[in-house]
Amino acid sequence: MHIMEGFLPPFWCAVWYALSLPFVVYGAWQVSKVFKEHPEQKLIMAVSGAFIFVLSSLKLPSVTGSSSHPTGTGLSAMLFGFAMTSVLATIVLIFQALLMAHGGITTLGADVFSMGIVGPIVGYYVFKLLRKFGIALPLTAFVAAVLADWTTYLVTSLQLALAYPGAGLEQSFLAFAGIFAITQIPIAIGEGILVWMFFDFLMKSRPKLLKQLLGEKVAG
Amino acid sequence: MKLKDWQKYLLALAAVVIIFAIPFLLNPNAKFGGADDAGSKAIQAQQPGFVRWAAPWWTPPPETESMLFALQAAIGALIIGYFIGYEKARRDFSKNKKNQKETGKKNSDEE
Repeated sequence: MHIMEGFLPPFWCAVWYALSLPFVVYGAWQVSKVFKEHPEQKLIMAVSGAFIFVLSSLKLPSVTGSSSHPTGTGLSAMLFGFAMTSVLATIVLIFQALLMAHGGITTLGADVFSMGIVGPIVGYYVFKLLRKFGIALPLTAFVAAVLADWTTYLVTSLQLALAYPGAGLEQSFLAFAGIFAITQIPIAIGEGILVWMFFDFLMKSRPKLLKQLLGEKVAG
Repeated sequence: MKLKDWQKYLLALAAVVIIFAIPFLLNPNAKFGGADDAGSKAIQAQQPGFVRWAAPWWTPPPETESMLFALQAAIGALIIGYFIGYEKARRDFSKNKKNQKETGKKNSDEE
């Protein structure tokens, strides 16, 4: 989902920066609040960030014959919400843009918006919705993580289509989504399995903290 | 038969490995290039004559780049591993304490 440095016209760079900024600012404020009021959650937040660090560094092969990387943002979206997740994703994206020439500073707003905001929003609400229907916890986490990962790439396709509509927005979107969407399916499922494992572990090891984070009863 | 946790996790990891091994069986001759790069190239197809208007301030040589990606993964894995180990020790410790209370024995290390 990284849009490379200089590959989005300045107008769109500004648009995505403007849309992302409020989320990141609000998220940063929330993070500092958690650090002050719930220091016991700090370690889990570090682990959620670490999840994004590990997963977004792995370029994995897919059935389409190309490689892509998972986003790792679903876990933190479920535990801490999408605003705080946008902060964690921004840190990772800056790291990759400055040191690996992966993504870019001009395209940072767009990359944060897809990976750090829309993907996590989808993961967060899918998670809440499935929990409302009483679906068991590690399974719910699996589905939410898969969808958070996958929709990130749909947003990237839309961002590229908006900037380069060519013959038409729809046709352009399908062209970009053709590159990203199918490649991402098995990768998102792989990410989902890892999140399922971690949630299963958390439920057994830290049921009380998980309950506090999710604001609900954790009975599985 | 109910699986133990570690057996469950091992099966899950095996599933992950299989998911990422299948592509090589399906497409033995594919190059597995990055989708991000393919996306950038598709821009040229959508808009012929496209020129990027900014370039990265630094592009690491390929060897350094793979080192940095490995470093990124290592930093993340270190934190996750720290947490899992911390949790195991915490659970073992509280289990021990409970056992001592039940048997009425005192741990000689505590005196």
